[in-house]
Amino acid sequence: MLHNHVLSVSIWLPILAGIVVLLLGSDKQAALTRWLALSGSLSAFFATLPLYTKYDFSQGAFQFQEIARWIPAFNVNYHLGVDGIAVPLILLTSFTTVIVVIAAWEVITKNIAQYMAAFLIMSGLMIGVFSALDSLLYYVFWEAMLIPMFLVIGIWGGENRVYATVKFFLYTLLGSLLMLVAFIYLYHQTGSFAILDYYKLPLPLDAQVLIFFAFFIAFAVKIPMWPVHTWLPDAHVEAPTGGSVVLAAIMLKLGGYSFLRFAMPIAPDAAHYLSGFMITLSLIAIVYIALVALVQKDMKKLIAYSSISHMGFVTLGFFIFSQLGLEGAIVQMISHGFISAAMFLCVGVLYERMHSRQIADYGGVVNTMPMFAAFAVLFAMANSGLPGTSGFVGEFMVILAAVKFNFWVAFLAATTLIFGAAYTLWMVKRVFYGDVANKHVAELKDLNHREFLILAILAFMVIGLGVYPKLITDFTHVSAAQWLSHMSVSKLPIAGL
Amino acid sequence: MEYIQADLITVLPELTVLSMAMFILLADLFLKPSNRVLVYVLAQITLFVAAYFTISTHVPTVGYAFTRMFVDDPLADVLKLMILLGTAMMFVYTRQYMQLRGMFRGEYYALVLFSVLGMMVMVSGQSMLTIYMGLELLSLSLYSLVALDRDNAKSSEAAMKYFVLGALASGMLLYGMSMIYGMTGSLNIAEISSALQDSNTKNPVLILGLVFIVAGLAFKFGAVPFQMWVPDVYQGAPTSITMLIGSVPKLAAFAIAIRLLAQGMHPLTADWQDMLLMMAVLSIAIGNMTAIAQTNLKRMLAYSTISHVGFLLFGLMSGSLNGFASSMFYISAYVLMTLAGFGMILMLSRKGFEAENLDDLKGLNQRSPWAAFLMLITMFSMAGVPPTIGFYAKFTVLQAALQAGFLWAVVFAVLMAAVGAFYYLRIVKLMYFDTPQDSSMISAPADMKLILSVNAIALLALGLMPQILMQICGVAIGASLQ
Repeated sequence: MLHNHVLSVSIWLPILAGIVVLLLGSDKQAALTRWLALSGSLSAFFATLPLYTKYDFSQGAFQFQEIARWIPAFNVNYHLGVDGIAVPLILLTSFTTVIVVIAAWEVITKNIAQYMAAFLIMSGLMIGVFSALDSLLYYVFWEAMLIPMFLVIGIWGGENRVYATVKFFLYTLLGSLLMLVAFIYLYHQTGSFAILDYYKLPLPLDAQVLIFFAFFIAFAVKIPMWPVHTWLPDAHVEAPTGGSVVLAAIMLKLGGYSFLRFAMPIAPDAAHYLSGFMITLSLIAIVYIALVALVQKDMKKLIAYSSISHMGFVTLGFFIFSQLGLEGAIVQMISHGFISAAMFLCVGVLYERMHSRQIADYGGVVNTMPMFAAFAVLFAMANSGLPGTSGFVGEFMVILAAVKFNFWVAFLAATTLIFGAAYTLWMVKRVFYGDVANKHVAELKDLNHREFLILAILAFMVIGLGVYPKLITDFTHVSAAQWLSHMSVSKLPIAGL
Repeated sequence: MEYIQADLITVLPELTVLSMAMFILLADLFLKPSNRVLVYVLAQITLFVAAYFTISTHVPTVGYAFTRMFVDDPLADVLKLMILLGTAMMFVYTRQYMQLRGMFRGEYYALVLFSVLGMMVMVSGQSMLTIYMGLELLSLSLYSLVALDRDNAKSSEAAMKYFVLGALASGMLLYGMSMIYGMTGSLNIAEISSALQDSNTKNPVLILGLVFIVAGLAFKFGAVPFQMWVPDVYQGAPTSITMLIGSVPKLAAFAIAIRLLAQGMHPLTADWQDMLLMMAVLSIAIGNMTAIAQTNLKRMLAYSTISHVGFLLFGLMSGSLNGFASSMFYISAYVLMTLAGFGMILMLSRKGFEAENLDDLKGLNQRSPWAAFLMLITMFSMAGVPPTIGFYAKFTVLQAALQAGFLWAVVFAVLMAAVGAFYYLRIVKLMYFDTPQDSSMISAPADMKLILSVNAIALLALGLMPQILMQICGVAIGASLQ
């Protein structure tokens, strides 16, 4: 019976677990709190697994649908459903939450219950965003998710956390409010908030362009695309490790996913019409932001900029409108979820020991932490797109698709293989290699079991997806084809009708 | 004689409040200070009996009394229930505060009950005369309540300002009413409406009368450009009175706006729509931007009220049943949020200490995580972030305005909502990210803690299930305005 409610369980189980942790947990009973949180996140993860085992790969339509009346006054329904684009992202979300809970184990000592609860609740809300098929329901999840993240950065963050978290909140809020106006406009056109009704609605080009921009602002902030990316480095630098992981691994993907779910299929003609603009922005993100990453002195900031650059591939993949590019973009989203999470966890490992994120404070870490260095180098290679790791697959697919589209676009995109390697490996060189820089580095202790466990799991995933990307493309294949066929049909009202 | 009897049964809730208010005034003379709590109990009983009569005399149709001066329709019943419930909650929140400050006296309860009576009469007013009578009863009670702490210079100053400006507003409203009366020959709302339908609506006297009425209403709401009194009165009045002024009277003001504009001057919709649009946009802009600069919590909430009124006007100016219902939903949500917000300020206050500066909230999460959580919900609800009721409130009025074609005003309003989010976030920041300045225990009576928790959680619960309240508002408006 529960199989009919897989999505509801996936959403509400972690939220419920979060509330339980909040009520029962406290700093005095730290162990109980942690175990409660872990069991909560694990059961939430297992609750999402039926999405994998029971998914019908041959179908592009939305599966696991649930529908119930919610606000009849506005014809709003509690309507859930997933396609092959959403399922991998949902699995990534529930997986990442487990990682975050383990990563926080003995690192977070203040307000443990609130910390764990925030991540559990956030996980449920993000799964809600990925599975909502009603736009108001989606919007509620989308906005509600900001509240726990706001608190996470603000309470457990670094020195400048208040500035960073307020900037994060206001940027995202401002972006999404215009999306709400677009939803209301579409509601008055169709009489419902159902996304599937929006797909069928014919719209004139000027309306499509306005709608597209309303969505664009919301999602571009989230992804983030140049030039509205400035909140991300701040938020990442100040956020606690767990916050950075969730931000990079999942929240950025919400923006990308939402482009595929809303902006483009609802306004396909505008998407085609503005594709040059979007590709330009993506290329700026890929090239310019990579150069910015090159000069960063702060490790977290460097990874943050590298995230923006990598997300440029995602939007590029969307807007060249080809099967290969689209699937590449989705693979890139998932792969970046694992790699960026791993990179931020690596910085977290160092930060806990040294309380510094400055590259200049390190040097020769490989001498004192050989096991850790091995992992870090692997993830760095993956980040710069080494074949055999998941980082390579997505980028390669997008570049391949881009070559067919336009050689120079592909050429500019491909420079990332150089720049990406440059900034990542240069950081690795300065932090890990060379002589032991100072006595703090000399006193470093290598990974403990907990840290080893999470990095090993992530390494397994990064290599696994690099060698066998079919795990994701199985999901995306049919859905992507269907999405493209939807995009190829114009929604402009036919003249004379 | 039977005719009068039927009328009296219709006004049974009002009669209850009236007679009990007078009884309390008298009984208070014979009570020893140690037995004062009896007055409190009596006042609460009054509200519940009045609420009971409101429900028991409820009929889903429109009924009239006193030669159509008084109307008993679902809209009036729902608003009366909200007013009574809100006042009862306010009584719970303010009991300790008043006790500690020597204001726990019979006249406080009598005056509040008189103001409640005024609101109930306003809500049911079907003649401009009835409406004005109710409004004056409410206003005069509020002026004296603001001055209740009579040795406090600030309170007296606030009361004076409130009185002078409020009297001016009442005068304007009355002046406008006299012009409308002169042009239509009637004081009755329904007759005005039908008279206007047949007459030339471009008549300048008519429009002038409308301007004065809208100005008077704007004054009572506290909408820009008639908002000057709001911050001073909010800050100067004792917090318990600020809570009263900021909450339930807005329900009554909404009611007379519906009676006068939507029912009485329906044929002039296009004219008052423009006026409301200007006031709505300005209120949202000025309210939100000025609130950022405040350091006093009460003053900040005053500006926040101004911006909320702006959103409320968005629903009204849509001029459709959908718009009125969404405005009603907004105002109900607003009252709940205001009660929770001021309730929290009252809870943090103690003997000789007013928790009215923003800094007094610092580190609340460390002092009391539960209190901080309740305030968190309240603040996000005021900012309009889902899944709280504040979001649906904004959502409904904006969709109504969009339906009426005010696209750019709506875009402006949502941008301003993001500006507004900043100062609500600042409170969350103070509570969660800062270290506490004072570490004294938060002592509040159990009933207050319980009701305040229910109140704040309701903001969240109604956000998850907004349907119930929306439906109540929709049905009430639909059945009363045809």
